[in-house]
Amino acid sequence: MPMHLTEDEVDEYGRREGLWTLNFGPQHPATHTTLRLLLTVDGEEVVDAEPDIGFLHSGFEKLAEVLDFNQYVTIVDRMNYVSPMANEIAWHHAVEKLLDIELTPRCKYLRTIFAELMRIHDHLLCVGACILDLGGISAFMYANNERERIFEICERVTGQRFHTSYTRVGGLLFDVNDDAIAMLREFVQGFDKTFADMDKLITRNRIFVERTRGVGVLSKEAAISGGATGPVARASGVVRDLRRDEPYLAYADLDFDIVCSREGDCFSRYSVRMLEMLESVKIIQQALEKLPSGPIFADGTGKEFMPEKREVYQSIEGLIHHFESIMPNRQMPCEPGSLYAATESPNGELGFFLVSNGTFRPYRARTRPPSLVHFALFPQLIRGCMLSDVVAVLGSLNIIAAELDR
Amino acid sequence: MAKQLSERGDSILWTKLDAAANWARKNSLWPMPFATACCGIELMAASASRHDLSRFGSEVMRFTPRQCDLMIVAGRVVMKMLPVLQRIWLQMPEPKWCISMGACACTGGVFDTYAVVQGVDRFMPVDVYIPGCPPRPEQLIRAVIDLQEKIQSTGTLNASEFLQQTTPKGPDRFDSDELGRIRLRDRLALKLPIYNPRH
Amino acid sequence: MFSCEERVNELLPGRCREWSEFRGQRHLTMVREDLLPTMRVLRDSLHMNMLVDVTAVDRLEYEGAKDRFEVVYFLLNVDTSQRLIASVFLNEPELEIDSVYSLWKSADWLEREVFDMFGIRFRGHPNMKRLLLPEQFAAHPLRKDYPVQGRGERHNFPVITRASS
Repeated sequence: MPMHLTEDEVDEYGRREGLWTLNFGPQHPATHTTLRLLLTVDGEEVVDAEPDIGFLHSGFEKLAEVLDFNQYVTIVDRMNYVSPMANEIAWHHAVEKLLDIELTPRCKYLRTIFAELMRIHDHLLCVGACILDLGGISAFMYANNERERIFEICERVTGQRFHTSYTRVGGLLFDVNDDAIAMLREFVQGFDKTFADMDKLITRNRIFVERTRGVGVLSKEAAISGGATGPVARASGVVRDLRRDEPYLAYADLDFDIVCSREGDCFSRYSVRMLEMLESVKIIQQALEKLPSGPIFADGTGKEFMPEKREVYQSIEGLIHHFESIMPNRQMPCEPGSLYAATESPNGELGFFLVSNGTFRPYRARTRPPSLVHFALFPQLIRGCMLSDVVAVLGSLNIIAAELDR
Repeated sequence: MAKQLSERGDSILWTKLDAAANWARKNSLWPMPFATACCGIELMAASASRHDLSRFGSEVMRFTPRQCDLMIVAGRVVMKMLPVLQRIWLQMPEPKWCISMGACACTGGVFDTYAVVQGVDRFMPVDVYIPGCPPRPEQLIRAVIDLQEKIQSTGTLNASEFLQQTTPKGPDRFDSDELGRIRLRDRLALKLPIYNPRH
Repeated sequence: MFSCEERVNELLPGRCREWSEFRGQRHLTMVREDLLPTMRVLRDSLHMNMLVDVTAVDRLEYEGAKDRFEVVYFLLNVDTSQRLIASVFLNEPELEIDSVYSLWKSADWLEREVFDMFGIRFRGHPNMKRLLLPEQFAAHPLRKDYPVQGRGERHNFPVITRASS
């Protein structure tokens, strides 16, 4: 029942009469992980929302100060656990910039392939989970099939399904063999079918469209002022993609489009994610065609990189080399200074601010999490919407709690 | 479990009430997915296509604790989340069981930091532990099967076996390292907050 | 292409500020009183329209550091992709600095996180309270004098046994 009271007619707790408070989370199916919303509701209409976060704050940044540049990659994995390898790539991108290392072409291409594979993985889960929350389960199952295929590729290449810890300073843990390349090609060819299936199920589904179109609108000005990046910003008309604007890895050599939309509502965020997957497939295809041969570790003149695992296990020189690169007093020195480097992760701009004091260990490693910035926008997106729209807006923002809280 | 009386025909089964209740309970475990982090994604994978947990009678994920009898703690539990976890556990009706999924829920895993609880078994009972970071969906399915065996072999009709477990089974919540840090805090005269999950 | 440095010095002359460069990134260091006017100039005249991140560094154990806390702002011009890192040094006991919330909305949570982790207060912030840690938490964990494993806060909960649940 809408109440028509003026602003100054408030009760002893400072609330307008007729409003009620709804506690949403921290354990709620639509929060996917753990976050809490204090919604102030006028009947069915959401008047205000106050997010309460930190239910998964695990001290990542404190942990970074006691681990070295190679060790911290295992922790970074667990940050945005829907696209683990994208975090690794972002982390080592920053570290390599700090240490002034130029990667080999093969390493660059492999990282590009995996970054895009993770983008597909993230978007599949985001779209699938969003539609799952809105009541459709089939699309989630289709998405999950494809995700399992990505997991298989990861497992083939790195030995782990999920938290791969694949990158190393200046290179990668293993080279990719022909088997994995064949699997990647197969995945790229088969993806169109899944995409078409999902597209048919969702894009013109009337229930989905009516629940998402015009809901949670983020204007272009608000997106820029609020610091939105990635698909959320692009859906609001901010034409910005770090892959094009500040090219890193092999993106400068590859041909791809940036998907943008103007409306800034939940539906356009969904469409941007869907179409970005096709662009990612295009990038993977090109990168597979152009994949150069050669070493995966950069040329370490004066720098000690980790040797390849095969060498470590099969030769004494490799073992000594490994030992030298692991011992804290023998690791490569690093110029003192501070630096910010960002990559375009599936969720937006994932940056690391590193402060180095000359050792092989960060003095401070700050993560710039896209989820935190996006979730801060949530109250302004939901004001004036209906209670059931909360789920749609949350799903379209793709908030990952571990990245939100770190 | 059941003995058939052949002279009376096939329609009568002879069994104990306990065994019948256990059989019914073990094949209809309704999980409460307390999914906080990465393991939650694998939990989703376990119940979705390909791995399909419903083959073992426990796919009915209920997000309200009142309808569940199996708590799956998937992911790390931190300082701010533990009171929530305990409260949800207290809200679940008896008989209930708990699976601690993944290294973080079992021991804190790689996160030996100020915010992460070093194993949920310090604060609440756990029946089955799953190692791995995160465990594969197959491991979760194996854990459910193990729990089913446990229920079949130790369960009773009125759940009286739980009443005998009056002492906590997990490690001490304040081990020697932790005590040292607390002494340091006492010297600095810092106050600690008080939580009450039953509040 | 204008030079950021010259423009700022031209618009706000006679202030104490320092420019440096590391790996091709421009760093601007200024004094605390200068923060808001400089930031306003950067936003309005140099079109740094996005505040990407706000964070702090505790330089307690950093060799050769004169000041303890450094609050760091990351600015970005969305149209030209020009970036700038601006920082202000602070010392105990005056851990207070002006909030830039009035200029960029994204400063809201980012500044709250800095307060949570380092105990630096932002003057003029509309809602200065802890973001990630519980309200009752007594310390600021990202300070260098706080131990990684904490001081027993993580295990300060009652134990539930089977019989009592």
